[in-house]
Amino acid sequence: MIDTNVHLFQWPFRRLSGDTPASLVEQLKRKGAQQAWAGSFEALYYRDVSGVNARLADACRNEGAGFLVPFGVVNPKLPDWEEDLRRCQEDHRMPGIRLYPSYHRYPLTDADFVKLLSLAASRRLLVQIDLSIEDPRTQYPWMMAMPADPKPLGSLVAQLPALKLVLLNGANWAGNDDPDVVAIRKAQNVYFDMAKNEGIGGLEALIAATSPDRVVFGSNFPFFYFESALLKVREADLTDSEKTALTEGNARRLLGIL
Amino acid sequence: MTVNRRTLVKGMVAGLLATRVPARAQEPWRPAATEKNFRIWDVHSHLGAMAGNTPEDRLELLIRHMDRLGIERVILSQGFEEFEYHPTPEQVRIENDRVMRAVKHFPGRAYGSLYINPENVQASLDEFDRCVRDGPMVSIGEIETDVRCNSHALDPIVERAIALNVPIYQHTWINSLGDGPGESSPFDVVELARRHPQGKFVCMHTGGNWEIGIRAIRDCANVSAEIAGSDPTAGFTEMAVRELGAQRVIYGSDVGGRSFGSQVGKVLGANISDQDKELILGGNLRRLLHPVLQAKGLAV
Repeated sequence: MIDTNVHLFQWPFRRLSGDTPASLVEQLKRKGAQQAWAGSFEALYYRDVSGVNARLADACRNEGAGFLVPFGVVNPKLPDWEEDLRRCQEDHRMPGIRLYPSYHRYPLTDADFVKLLSLAASRRLLVQIDLSIEDPRTQYPWMMAMPADPKPLGSLVAQLPALKLVLLNGANWAGNDDPDVVAIRKAQNVYFDMAKNEGIGGLEALIAATSPDRVVFGSNFPFFYFESALLKVREADLTDSEKTALTEGNARRLLGIL
Repeated sequence: MTVNRRTLVKGMVAGLLATRVPARAQEPWRPAATEKNFRIWDVHSHLGAMAGNTPEDRLELLIRHMDRLGIERVILSQGFEEFEYHPTPEQVRIENDRVMRAVKHFPGRAYGSLYINPENVQASLDEFDRCVRDGPMVSIGEIETDVRCNSHALDPIVERAIALNVPIYQHTWINSLGDGPGESSPFDVVELARRHPQGKFVCMHTGGNWEIGIRAIRDCANVSAEIAGSDPTAGFTEMAVRELGAQRVIYGSDVGGRSFGSQVGKVLGANISDQDKELILGGNLRRLLHPVLQAKGLAV
């Protein structure tokens, strides 16, 4: 099982079980994960994202070798973000990056963001966009990070066929028939995690609306209980082969494509 | 900045070596914790937001999902049609009839719970008599209309519930974006519960913002915390157990808008004892319902 959506270090607003790299690795292995794609909670508010990425890479190498796969942060609204992108790939050997438009407060129409996607595609870096880690209804009122609106991606992904994009912590993909959302669902280079997918038949609907080949297992651990993602898979009316694709095969192929 | 081919290939090889995945375990999505045969009763289910044309169809679908997770029984209330802030007495009756129809079809898997609109007190009392006193329903709620539950309009309804020893499930939220019109909070539940110390209240969602909701009800022993209907944020169940005791924490899902799995995971994934999990997943609810189930000759 490959978890494409975990974070290292401390959530800014409460302590979590699993908020040290060692305890996160121990717990995920005990719960059955064989690999985890890790961002850093420090990425949300720290301005020195170069330091954030260096610590993330160190932790993955020193405390999760062969298990944790680091996805560094690039904030396209910071000066010289291109150097962060270069370091992620060339210095830290990261296979991809993770973006946080809701925390870094740019819309997905932003020109620097579009340039970043283009550069990442040319580098053949996988791009994860974290649309919303926390439900805004429960966020700390003075530090709100509203979910990013994914609709501008509808036309962007068609213009960047070399881009491999994973949308994390999105919700209600299947129940939204906005033309841009439909375009995102149908784009062959866009993948979806299921950490925030909910409802009776919700996972089945997500796969039907997108593709059995483009939904990947993601837990949003340690912010969410890992078991919640596991049990959603168990609850879903899917064949064993579909569950295997979801929990491992699609993520494995996604990295193999790189 | 330039990317040369050598750099790129070197990075790719390093990345692939770092991401080698060991052989797959059998059924990795089956967490060991679910194999402990907890008796799971779910205090919070609706027939909305799912496929199926009739109440029976929808409960049958719910049961298929319940079976995959070993959930024995659900408490079912309102919600077949889109949520109404001001349901008329007729709309309330229709919703209750739908619940009773579905439960009658699957008596071993669900108990019905009464929908009321406290704006219409007499209609609520009549509906209580029809569905609970003289009918098969075993509790009140989820109450979810735009009358805040600290209103004195609820007093005669609560008194009737106390007389038959049935629990009351009250929707609550503390929304960082602002509460809905007339939406109740855990503070409102506490006000009501203090006026009725013999009542048994369940604070549904524990306000969503559970770190506040748990504190709000902490000093009110006849209010239990329910964990349904919010994202499965880690720490909810542990804090509730730490501050309230496991005897005051109750599992619910809020299906069909939520998954059973995401909500059961809040308990199975929590760092608490199996004994506490057993209480939260069903033991506490069965204890609250025991008098009314026994009086009606229903299975506990």
